[in-house]
Amino acid sequence: MSTALSIRQLTKTYGNGFQALKGIDLDVAEGDFFALLGPNGAGKSTTIGILSTLVNKSGGTVNVFGHDLDRDPSGLKRCLGVVPQEFNFNQFEKAFDILVTQAGYYGIPAKIAKERAERYLNQLGLWDKRDVSSRMLSGGMKRRLMIARALIHQPRLLILDEPTAGVDIELRRSMWSFLTELNREGITIILTTHYLEEAEQLCRNIGIIDHGQIVKNTSMRELLKQLHVETFLLDLKESQLVAPELGNYPSRLVDHHTLEVQVEKSQGVTELFRLLSAQGIEVLSLRNKTNRLEELFVSLVENNLKVTP
Amino acid sequence: MSRELRPNLVALQTIVQREIRRYTRIWPQTLLPPAITMVLYFVIFGSLIGARIGEMDGFSYMDYIVPGLIMMSVITNSYSNVVSSFFSTKFQRSIEELLVSPVSPHVIVVGFALGGITRGLAVAVIVTLLSMFFTDLQVHHLGVTVLVISLTASIFALGGFINAVFARNFDDISIIPTFVLTPLTYLGGVFYSIHLLSPFWQTLSLANPVLHMVNAFRYGILGVSDIRIGVAISFMLVAVALLYLVSVRLLISGRGMRQ
Repeated sequence: MSTALSIRQLTKTYGNGFQALKGIDLDVAEGDFFALLGPNGAGKSTTIGILSTLVNKSGGTVNVFGHDLDRDPSGLKRCLGVVPQEFNFNQFEKAFDILVTQAGYYGIPAKIAKERAERYLNQLGLWDKRDVSSRMLSGGMKRRLMIARALIHQPRLLILDEPTAGVDIELRRSMWSFLTELNREGITIILTTHYLEEAEQLCRNIGIIDHGQIVKNTSMRELLKQLHVETFLLDLKESQLVAPELGNYPSRLVDHHTLEVQVEKSQGVTELFRLLSAQGIEVLSLRNKTNRLEELFVSLVENNLKVTP
Repeated sequence: MSRELRPNLVALQTIVQREIRRYTRIWPQTLLPPAITMVLYFVIFGSLIGARIGEMDGFSYMDYIVPGLIMMSVITNSYSNVVSSFFSTKFQRSIEELLVSPVSPHVIVVGFALGGITRGLAVAVIVTLLSMFFTDLQVHHLGVTVLVISLTASIFALGGFINAVFARNFDDISIIPTFVLTPLTYLGGVFYSIHLLSPFWQTLSLANPVLHMVNAFRYGILGVSDIRIGVAISFMLVAVALLYLVSVRLLISGRGMRQ
């Protein structure tokens, strides 16, 4: 399988001297669904800005499907679709016109552009809004319009910068299934998001960027293997005044009906339930306290914080 | 057709169509005001005051000012179309749609400039038709008339583009029209022949580029001019080339658009 994106020693220093990227190396394979995560100000948007040519790099190389950013920017741009974080379309144009115009910028004749615009607006549930001025659309509709716009020239690599920010759960899930389907059709996707559940659900590989450096670049499966301890919240049927004695399982009462228990991977939960049952404590339900990836992400970023002054 | 040429031609067509759609959609703000303003000029300066002024360079005052007023509307409209359109594209960040696409910077500059040129020429046609109610114009030299009006529209459309690149807020796009274009136009021989001025002011007026454009256009319509036509046209050709190169250079550098 070929490489969709190859970044080598990418650096960016802004005019005020701030070094946003300190030599990033990153490879994304063709067909991958890749999560690029990092705290605010870590360098994710700068990286995406450089890929989409909206930010000038200070050094390093960027290659998309064999097209070098410096030598063949047009070829690179044809392979790339970008959904930015901020709404950046003409607020006075109609949804349909925005797509057809964008297609025109890529040299796509009007007839084909109109057919594609109809298809993507339908797929993203916006066909009814095709003649509505884009400023009248809701936040979620605007996000979907930006996805449709990024797809209009049928890119091989789609980069989404927090595409579900501010989108309600139902819509977010429908966008997930749409993106999964796109990936299944062969489009390589790079996703940045603050919803780690989203990254865990969708992505196969992950890069974590912090302070302008990649601190982790691995598969989601490998990363989650590093999680040794999970914290569970147990909803108890009967009210408890003190936390039960659970041997090697550290626990505390969150309230009279909720017990928080830390479980090491090697321990499993069978013994935990046996201990609870022996004390006559009935459990109604069990849930993770935080998303698994979230726990790892926080620990990785915190570790990086300790070594990066 | 080369691999790059065809998509760029489609992109050019897209930009020009979008620009024309923009200013025709808001025609009460773009096409109507110059028509009203020019009718007022025709009535007040041409008919009312002009009747008392008498002839200028062998023509009635109304006939004399019509070419200048047409040029004034072309200058104002070609400039303001590009400066406002490109600046709002920057302001709304929809310029990013163009920058992430493979459109050549040349196509972007030409596309926006053509938007301004077509608006300038559309207003020129409107003003010329309105002038027919006040005077009976005969075109002395059609080639010069078309060439000069097209070059003038191009110069100011490109000027508007450069202004929009440097502009950081809406105030910045009105400074040049108010403090530079209006004085240069009013002092550029729209309403008078520089032969009415003292030698010192005549010489100084020759440094005003608008004077050359207005007079070259007046030559095309009436056959009279205060300046040498060949010099004026050469100057305009050089100005178009220089402004075009600066516009493309600014776009490639990403000034005010790329970080």
